[in-house]
Amino acid sequence: MIAFILLNESKREEPNNLIHSSLSMAEEEEEEEETELSEKQKIEIAKWFLLNSPPGEIYYVAKDVKSILNDDDLYNQAASEAFPVYNKSHFISLPMPDRSGDVLVTSFGELEGYAYLDPRTAQVAIVDHVKQVCTEVRPATDEELPSPYIEEFRCALDAEILKYVEESYPKGVCSVYCSNGKDVEGPGSDFEFAVVISAARHSPQNFCNGSWCSVWNIEFKDDQQTVEVKGKIEVDAHYFEEGNVQLDAKHECKDSTLFQAPDDCAVSISSIIRHHETEYLASLEASYLNLPDSTFKDLRRKLPVTRTLFPWHNTLQFSLTRDISKELGIGK
Amino acid sequence: MEAAMGLMRRIPPKHTNTALSALLSLIPNHSSDLLSQVDQPLQVLCDVDCGKEFILCEYNRDADSYRSPWSNKYHPSLEDGSFPSLELRKLEVEANDIFAIYRDQYYEGGISSVYMWEDGNEGFVACFLIKKDGSKTGQGRRGYLEEGAWDAIHVIEVGPEEEENTNYRLTSTVMLTLTTNNESSGTFSLSGSIRRQMTMKLSVAEGHLCNMGRMIEEMESKLRYSLDQVYFGKTREMVCTLRPPSEVAQIRIPES
Repeated sequence: MIAFILLNESKREEPNNLIHSSLSMAEEEEEEEETELSEKQKIEIAKWFLLNSPPGEIYYVAKDVKSILNDDDLYNQAASEAFPVYNKSHFISLPMPDRSGDVLVTSFGELEGYAYLDPRTAQVAIVDHVKQVCTEVRPATDEELPSPYIEEFRCALDAEILKYVEESYPKGVCSVYCSNGKDVEGPGSDFEFAVVISAARHSPQNFCNGSWCSVWNIEFKDDQQTVEVKGKIEVDAHYFEEGNVQLDAKHECKDSTLFQAPDDCAVSISSIIRHHETEYLASLEASYLNLPDSTFKDLRRKLPVTRTLFPWHNTLQFSLTRDISKELGIGK
Repeated sequence: MEAAMGLMRRIPPKHTNTALSALLSLIPNHSSDLLSQVDQPLQVLCDVDCGKEFILCEYNRDADSYRSPWSNKYHPSLEDGSFPSLELRKLEVEANDIFAIYRDQYYEGGISSVYMWEDGNEGFVACFLIKKDGSKTGQGRRGYLEEGAWDAIHVIEVGPEEEENTNYRLTSTVMLTLTTNNESSGTFSLSGSIRRQMTMKLSVAEGHLCNMGRMIEEMESKLRYSLDQVYFGKTREMVCTLRPPSEVAQIRIPES
């Protein structure tokens, strides 16, 4: 294997600066030799790797990071800070120990002490972030749950969304949270829901992992009698057999409907979500279909502009034309 | 080192630079291994003599300067810089000219550079580099890409002649990113890198350039095909596993 080196000696000093800026570490570096990284810097770098793990791969990244750091204390520190952030941003789902279903780890359901509310079962799940397991559940307290008025809307929507997710995602998990105004007792006030849909597929034996996450923010506006729906969808996929190729797709959209009775709201909101997600999937398909002949062509064509293989056996013709163009003063 | 390569296989390709820098600072004692095994996006410099850009790599570097294949001068200028022999330089000049035409026909733009040097073993090594910015603000003719970069590195080890035949060993890496962005479908971004090898024993009757050129052309077409069909295809399959598109058909049919 030939050594292939692109950075030179002088550039080798840059890495610290690059990491410094890219990880936006607040601490100002001291004006001394950059021989050893401080422990804090090592932890920041370890966290950067962990947080940039593709879906479902943080465990493998963690193993490599641990072996590179070669210091359990530093690793544990980095892991304890990075895992909760990763788990929440990837909306991982964990089975609850009482077999009452999966709880989603999201900032919407987050309570104090690594506890996450599962609104459907009205339970609170205690999560071990680094092990990615739910260790215990307890019933949610009244203060943690929405008022009966809100719960009626939430529960109706949850049932409709659950129906949709079961139909459309072979391994989808969803939750409907009240993100604002959970103590509203009756008509006259605004409130907000967050619908989270998360589907992940991990098949490391096939060198492939992926995830689909969508978050729908639903604003019930009492004075205008409308419901505003805003969605963010993120799809990631990673294929790494003898290579490393990643898909990173994001989309945002919005829609609205009328403020109606809980059941009617639930039906119209879930059909809005279904419609937009179906459209989005179709547009992803279209992006893939456009790849070979249009998008990819702007990088490299399948065949030369001449539509025949390059005439390597007869390159003399090029030197002739070049001489002529030189003589005539055309060309470069 | 194994763990470091494991990480490079997982970290999103767009973060290759940052990840490499991070590893270099964490395990400085492995820096030469890291730098030789991790491919990085190519950098360019402008040749002040002719105003043409050339690509930087380890093969045209001496100390902190890089030799331009156009003027054969080091940038910034360097006393006692190393140069290929006169004979090899002649082949290098020819290769640069021909490869620029090849590059134009396949890439409709982009920058290419070819560097050669003796390997002290009666043979020589040639490095063919191509960099293309296919974004609509760059050289993307069709204007589909918000962001689009293709970096290809082909290194060919050419063995000594044996009875009119020569062994060629080609190692190629392609790194690419492509991002489209529009109202209806949001941001769609694919990025990745793959590396492959190819060995051939060929007659030198038509010359080294002809043999090397054909090998590179075949390899580039294979790499493009694998990226497009296999690698992108696998990510597409994954999307369809997450949310199967059958529903699209069911919904569309009654509407039409």
